[in-house]
Amino acid sequence: MNDALSLTVETAADHHLVRLSGVFTVHDLPGAEPRLAAIAADRAVLLDLAALERLDTAGAWALDRLEARIAEAGFTLETQGAAPHLSALMRRVDAAIPTPDLPEDTGPKGLTGRLDAIGRRVVDMGKHGGVFLNAFGMFLYRLGQSLRHPSRFHLTALVAHCEDVGWRAVPIVSLLSFLIGVVLAFQGATQLRQFGAEVFVVDLIAISILRELGILLTSIIVAGRTASAFTAAIGSMKMREEIDAMQTLGIDPAHALFVPRILALILMLPILGLVANVMGLLGGGIMSYLVLDISPGIFLVRLIEGTDVSNVFVGLIKAPVFAVIIGVVGCNAGMQVGSNAESLGRQTSNAVVQAIFAVIVADAIFSVFFAEIGL
Amino acid sequence: MTEERDVVIRLRGIHNQFGRQVVHHDLDLDVYRGEILGVVGGSGTGKSVLLKTIVGLQTPQAGEIEVLGYDLRRGGEEARDKVDDRWGVMFQDGALFSSLTVRENVEVPLKHVPDLDPGTRAALADLKISMVGLSWSAGDKYPSELSGGMRKRAGLARALALDPDIVFLDEPTAGLDPIGAAAFDQLIHGLSRSLGLTVFLVTHDLDTLYAVCDRVAVLAEQRVLVSGTIEEMGRVDHPWVHDYFHGPRARAALTAKGET
Ligand SMILES: Nc1ncnc2c1ncn2[C@@H]1O[C@H](COP(=O)(O)OP(=O)(O)OP(=O)(O)O)[C@@H](O)[C@H]1O
Ligand SMILES: [Mg+2]
Repeated sequence: MNDALSLTVETAADHHLVRLSGVFTVHDLPGAEPRLAAIAADRAVLLDLAALERLDTAGAWALDRLEARIAEAGFTLETQGAAPHLSALMRRVDAAIPTPDLPEDTGPKGLTGRLDAIGRRVVDMGKHGGVFLNAFGMFLYRLGQSLRHPSRFHLTALVAHCEDVGWRAVPIVSLLSFLIGVVLAFQGATQLRQFGAEVFVVDLIAISILRELGILLTSIIVAGRTASAFTAAIGSMKMREEIDAMQTLGIDPAHALFVPRILALILMLPILGLVANVMGLLGGGIMSYLVLDISPGIFLVRLIEGTDVSNVFVGLIKAPVFAVIIGVVGCNAGMQVGSNAESLGRQTSNAVVQAIFAVIVADAIFSVFFAEIGL
Repeated sequence: MTEERDVVIRLRGIHNQFGRQVVHHDLDLDVYRGEILGVVGGSGTGKSVLLKTIVGLQTPQAGEIEVLGYDLRRGGEEARDKVDDRWGVMFQDGALFSSLTVRENVEVPLKHVPDLDPGTRAALADLKISMVGLSWSAGDKYPSELSGGMRKRAGLARALALDPDIVFLDEPTAGLDPIGAAAFDQLIHGLSRSLGLTVFLVTHDLDTLYAVCDRVAVLAEQRVLVSGTIEEMGRVDHPWVHDYFHGPRARAALTAKGET
């Protein structure tokens, strides 16, 4: 079998004679294209395909382009000697040559275009806030309904989500808050030792962990773990039209998917915060003992005397709020997933970023609030 | 046609099993060069699994698979590489890459051709998109923006991108409108004749069977029960095959063919 394509061009007075032999497939196209393009469109062309054994659509396309170019210059291209199945293919390709059927996109360009894009993004952001509030309202409404009709409530789902959101997060939350306690004690010790005020390291640890760090750290971990999981789970259901199917079966997605998830978070986040507090104090205590020789006894006395119990409440009161934020952001992002895999990935990472951002903003607002009311 | 025909796909003693469910047992099948083989069988008889077995997506527990003269079960990577560019597969639900536009999807196999100019590649992709009956504007759309039937066509365009020797089509006309399905049949038939394409066509569409298939293989009882031309199928004495080729739909399809 002759596998190579050979292409010869002979120029006569009134036509070019182009001879093709061998096989002409997509693999020969890179070599053949420039040579076909080099044929000047200055006279008629006679295409001799008698020795061509095989032609595929790519080859036929290249020949068709040649014909179009010659025709445009006002000459004709004639084909001779082509086997019937080859000319059938060429006819088929010629009939299928696509033509643009849509006008070009004529949006604003240049500076106007950029301003346009910025404006659109600002509007989108505003809309985003609206969508979030909408999801939040939907959750409250469905939660209220569940409370009125407890029999319709998905208790099994709630328990399963509680396990996933709460119980499974205990190790990582404990470990990280323990380490934060250690770091605080260590940093506090080196600074406070300069004033001989080592013993205040207990206050430092207790207040910062109980008021702020314990719950904030927990919320950030949970935002990373759980908001993304919510988005991925709900988003992939959205992607496969499961959510649409639920709706046609009379199951409300907010009721079946949002309520158990967010409720599980509301129940579990305070507990996780408590775990974080205990582990943070434990880490701080151990480190104080090792670095500053503050015995566990003194640590406890100092902790109880020096730190008001209101610190614990100030910390934990934030937990349900953070839980709602994380849950609604995660579930809402899941509902925004389109029908391709890429939007699932984008929404998942969006959910994490937005949840952490919103949690920190809420924490700042809480700080100002507690400072104002003097707690 | 000559008696000594060139076999491009040869299956011997294929055994496929999921857990305790035996899908294929001791299945033999030959597919000849340039023919359009229609594979039929009830839902769940393992047509899709058979297709996946041939293209190497499903490893059978036993049996031999030979494609274009390469032994795919013992030949390893090398044999796979040799045949990979010479077949195209269209999956039952299109299986387009969702992050790429239709044109980019069709360009994916074309990227295997070294030195192909990007402009030419896009033009060839557009040609394929047009050949399967999609409009120009469909090329810029993402799979999620297409209807089910359009996704099928786009899947076929991708399978045909390199003008392969063999194409595997899993229910190409399911979910198409009747006119579109008939055009699809014509397209497959025409391409098969002009390119010498061998087509492995899984279908439930009797019109397609009558209109384009040279031979039919019936999958039942965990093996290829019978294979032969449509006329031969009509004479087979097996309850399922008889019902299939003598049912009201089969008669309608036969009449339709007789009229054209
Ligand atoms: N990955 C898998 N794991 C377990 N069982 C499977 C798997 N893939 C297929 N099966 C089983 O193999 C059998 C054959 O499936 P297959 O998809 O090949 O059917 P089919 O003949 O293509 O049917 P249809 O006409 O509905 O497409 C089915 O019973 C299915 O449950
Ligand atoms: Mg199938």
